[in-house]
Amino acid sequence: MTAVTLTVNGTERSLDVEPRTLLVHALRDDLGLTGTNIGCDSSSCGACTVLVDGQSAKSCTMFAVQADGADITTIEGVADADGTLHPMQQAFHEHHALQCGYCTPGMVMAAISLVEEYPGLDEGGVRHGLEGNLCRCTGYQNIVDAVLAAAGSGGD
Amino acid sequence: MIPAAFDYEVAESADHAIALLAQHGDDAKLLAGGHSLIPMMRYRLATPSVLVDVGRLDDLRYIRTGNGTVSIGALTRHSELEHSAEMAEACPMLASVAALVGDPAVRHRGTLGGTLAHSDPASDLPAAVLALGGTIVAQGPGGSREIAATDFFTGYFESVLAADEMITEVRVPAGGGGWNYQKFNRRAQDWAIVGVAVAGGGAGVSLVNMGSTPIRASGVEAAVAGGASAAEAAAVAADGLEPPDDLNADAEYRSHLARVLTERALNAAGVA
Repeated sequence: MTAVTLTVNGTERSLDVEPRTLLVHALRDDLGLTGTNIGCDSSSCGACTVLVDGQSAKSCTMFAVQADGADITTIEGVADADGTLHPMQQAFHEHHALQCGYCTPGMVMAAISLVEEYPGLDEGGVRHGLEGNLCRCTGYQNIVDAVLAAAGSGGD
Repeated sequence: MIPAAFDYEVAESADHAIALLAQHGDDAKLLAGGHSLIPMMRYRLATPSVLVDVGRLDDLRYIRTGNGTVSIGALTRHSELEHSAEMAEACPMLASVAALVGDPAVRHRGTLGGTLAHSDPASDLPAAVLALGGTIVAQGPGGSREIAATDFFTGYFESVLAADEMITEVRVPAGGGGWNYQKFNRRAQDWAIVGVAVAGGGAGVSLVNMGSTPIRASGVEAAVAGGASAAEAAAVAADGLEPPDDLNADAEYRSHLARVLTERALNAAGVA
């Protein structure tokens, strides 16, 4: 086992993991943060997207040991402590940017990173930028609308 | 899917990484961004007994220009190439191709050295480095050596890199004429079914996913150098090649794509 210390949603967490433990399993199984979903299990769908040092990463394609010392943000960590939604969450709510909701945590995390990385996104930029996040309900139109709205309102 | 168990070592420097590789032998692999290696480990196509993590070697994350050359540290991430103002100025082709790799989350983790060492003939950046006439610097127990990109790739996921060597730097010429990259795929975030990289106004042309390595299209280069039109030069793009047959495309279709995309890329690079 290897000792790993992560700052998760602002709180330092120490855990012992097998080196082969994927970050998503450490988050879900060791830390109980089950908001991050596992979808495809093959680095394709983006359901497991979290922020690693502020940038989107697929937590199924990273070992927890690689994240030792890193700052991790999951969907549980983006709203304010008083429950006020993050502007991206609020935009998803207002634009009904979810159907079954399974892709939503990863979609929101990817979108938060996207608007931070690419200022001034247009529709094509949002679609291209979210190509690593799959919605099998195919509810993309409202997701794109939500991300554009959040980007326009400084939704980072 | 859970990878097979392995021992994990953190390299403190390139020298340390090479010493660890020497100590652990052929079953040890370097781990950089992990975006090629970890999926292979999850499918158990790769089962290294030791991973040497070089992902923390921040002194190998840099982009420097000087003397007509851009030198890029091996641990430089695709997103860093994509957003670097220095890269956009000195070698816009590499910045532009980096922006087409995978998706943003992949580009945040994947590294230039990693994608070259992985030597996937379907990857974008190895072909770009090849078309640019780049040089790969590898460090081993006996010191560093410079390998021309044209000599680097030897087969599917294979290169001349020895088991105890590590890529430390990649060099490409700065500036240097018209360029273009054509990436043809059908689904979001897929690898190219076929890709074509043109650098130096047609002086360097390489093909993605047209064989077991990224391939330098020397026939096209020679035709351009001899004054052929883009259409004439592109007509020989697939000559002598044995592209793969797979679910996405058969060999004949890939050959057709190579010719069409080469003509488009040459046109965009300024070859009439």
